[in-house]
Amino acid sequence: MRVALFLTCVNDTLYPDTGRAVVKLLTRLGVDVDFPMSQTCCGQAHYNTGYRHEAEPLARHFSDVFRDYEAIVTPSGSCGAMVRELYPRMGERARAEGRGESLATTLAPVVPKTYELTEFLVDVLGVTDVGAHYPHTVTYHPTCHGLRGLGLGDRPRRLLQAVKGLELKELPGADECCGFGGTFALKNADVSAAMGADKVRNAESTGAEVLCAADNSCLMHIGGTMGRLESGMRPVHIAEILASTEEEPAV
Amino acid sequence: MSGTFVGMPAFPEAAHEAVNNRTLRGNLRHATHTIRAKREKAVSEVSDWAELREAGKQIKDHTLRHLDRYLVQLEESVVAAGGTVHWAADADEANEIVTKLVQMTGESEVVKVKSMATQEIGLNEALEAEGIRAYETDLAELIVQLGKDRPSHILVPAIHRNRGEIRDIFAREMSEWGRPAPEGLTDTPAELAEAARLHLREKFLRAKVGISGANFMVADTGTLVVVESEGNGRMCLTLPETLISVVGIEKIVPTWQDLEVFLQTLPRSSTAERMNPYTSTWTGTRDGRAGEGDGPQNFHLVLLDNGRSDTLADEVGRQALRCIRCSACLNVCPVYERAGGHAYGSVYPGPIGAILSPQLRGTASEIDASLPYASSLCGACYEVCPVAIDIPEVLVHLRERIVEGGPVVREGNKVVLKPAKGHAAERAAMRAARWAFAHPGALRTGQRLASRTRRLHPRSLPGPGKAWSGTRDLPAVPAEPFRDWWQRTNGGKESGK
Ligand code: SF4
Repeated sequence: MRVALFLTCVNDTLYPDTGRAVVKLLTRLGVDVDFPMSQTCCGQAHYNTGYRHEAEPLARHFSDVFRDYEAIVTPSGSCGAMVRELYPRMGERARAEGRGESLATTLAPVVPKTYELTEFLVDVLGVTDVGAHYPHTVTYHPTCHGLRGLGLGDRPRRLLQAVKGLELKELPGADECCGFGGTFALKNADVSAAMGADKVRNAESTGAEVLCAADNSCLMHIGGTMGRLESGMRPVHIAEILASTEEEPAV
Repeated sequence: MSGTFVGMPAFPEAAHEAVNNRTLRGNLRHATHTIRAKREKAVSEVSDWAELREAGKQIKDHTLRHLDRYLVQLEESVVAAGGTVHWAADADEANEIVTKLVQMTGESEVVKVKSMATQEIGLNEALEAEGIRAYETDLAELIVQLGKDRPSHILVPAIHRNRGEIRDIFAREMSEWGRPAPEGLTDTPAELAEAARLHLREKFLRAKVGISGANFMVADTGTLVVVESEGNGRMCLTLPETLISVVGIEKIVPTWQDLEVFLQTLPRSSTAERMNPYTSTWTGTRDGRAGEGDGPQNFHLVLLDNGRSDTLADEVGRQALRCIRCSACLNVCPVYERAGGHAYGSVYPGPIGAILSPQLRGTASEIDASLPYASSLCGACYEVCPVAIDIPEVLVHLRERIVEGGPVVREGNKVVLKPAKGHAAERAAMRAARWAFAHPGALRTGQRLASRTRRLHPRSLPGPGKAWSGTRDLPAVPAEPFRDWWQRTNGGKESGK
């Protein structure tokens, strides 16, 4: 199976280790991974901040880059939700504005083929034990767009539970937003920081070494807060845990 | 909308204080988490909740689509039952109508049952200006009124007050408004409730005029419905000779059968009760209905538009008019929990306030232009909403209106809004980012530059980024972006990890 890795602009620029982990993991599971070099950004930040018209060309570009692959895999719940949930909506809006069928038709092919990583593993590959080894205590934060946008459900937890050596701790108030929310973190810094601090405190109360999530944007916010609060915990992307093996352990 | 909150600062500034007020945050956290857990239990008991939610959505959408027809039907039913119907286009008109109606009775005191519509239009203040005193009879409203305060929650308007504060307010203010608080009043809930009961009883027995809102209006029979917990509303609705109900035009349901859906979803969503303690219904006047000897002698229904038709004209935003004011979205909202109700600058706080107020009032004021951003778009509000209002969708839609401008209907006229001021830098940044993302080569150059200069990058930011780095560390820029690694190692197939 030949799939395209959609890495998202944040991962590509700031968290390349996550991308390397996805490649390592999928290759180990027998998937032929390609990384189309012309990919950029799904347009989520534009769309959610109110720049729908600026997001449209990015969505078209996304579709041009990825439309011919069998599946598109992304290690980001929120970018996954952008494509699956909001691309169809953008198409509908364009149609309602009398701009014809073209945007909806352009975007349609990529929508059902785009999967968040854990979804792809569980639903498409049909695995929950990916042969990982990660001897640490971990708590899992289900990010909002993964949880409510994509409905990831317990897939990430099932994957983590199957990792050898990993001890999973339940996170109190897990479903509550960490306070990132893209430009929200800048526009409403006080509220965002308060939400982040509460998330970190809840995570600390589990006694886990690592807080794991399926979205680096949220992890950037939570991790930045951990750093500032001098918490001993580390934020780690779920892909890096699932890619970790005894021979090549992730930290 | 009302002048009560005019001059409010934008949401982020208003929230700043609340976030740093530990007592308030503690109160809000405790109250919202308790009700949140109860609601979840009450909802999970109903096996067909998803169907009820969908039915509620459909009924409201259908009614809104044919609002003109149902409003005419309602008017006919109310008139047939002996009532009078008045139409108010905006707050001023509604206040004028009600003031005249009260003046015609010759009274200078009225009792009120909790009504958000009358708060929306600032009726109490308008009446006061004409020498008419309006007494709030809902316990929480009474606390807010005596405390010369503003409501901060849809259902628990005094959620920001604790018992000690309430005791002080009662002891200090009750004598000013009527029967004073008993000597040596303590802050036990039973004593506070008793003090309020005695104070209010005097009002109920004396009042000749009652003013109410309504949760629903049944077009078929001209019946109004109030759903409440304390029973004070029932007193207001039955004792006075003249009853004036001020109700938003979106509160209509076609038939009693439709009502049944909401009488299941509203109490479970709001107070986590299977059924609310008091459901009062009233139709017309005691003389208007043959053979029934109760109810007021005069009944006036004031139908309030005040921005609702304009909201209805917006395809995406109109879903806000489905709202049944259950407050479930407030209780689950992490932003409301920290910012408190007052930061929203309206009687409608929380997620629903963030989409309703800027639609009813327009986005010209600073507070209204900031409300669509008062959300991290986490989606918890949508998930709990019993009429499935996609609040995040409307928030994003309103953000677009603010930053890009566009056509809207204001006061019944189509106008094209210009993009709001103050967003120019952001707009430029968004366009620049879009350009870079449309040119992968440029993006790559930027990434490489960032990587090469990474040791020079500060861990805190100047300018607008300061808000971020004031409370969070920035991530370090890696030595090599992913795409360079991919190319250098041929997708990890060649060495050079
Ligand atoms: S928006 Fe929905 S959840 Fe919020 S108060 Fe209205 S009906 Fe309730």
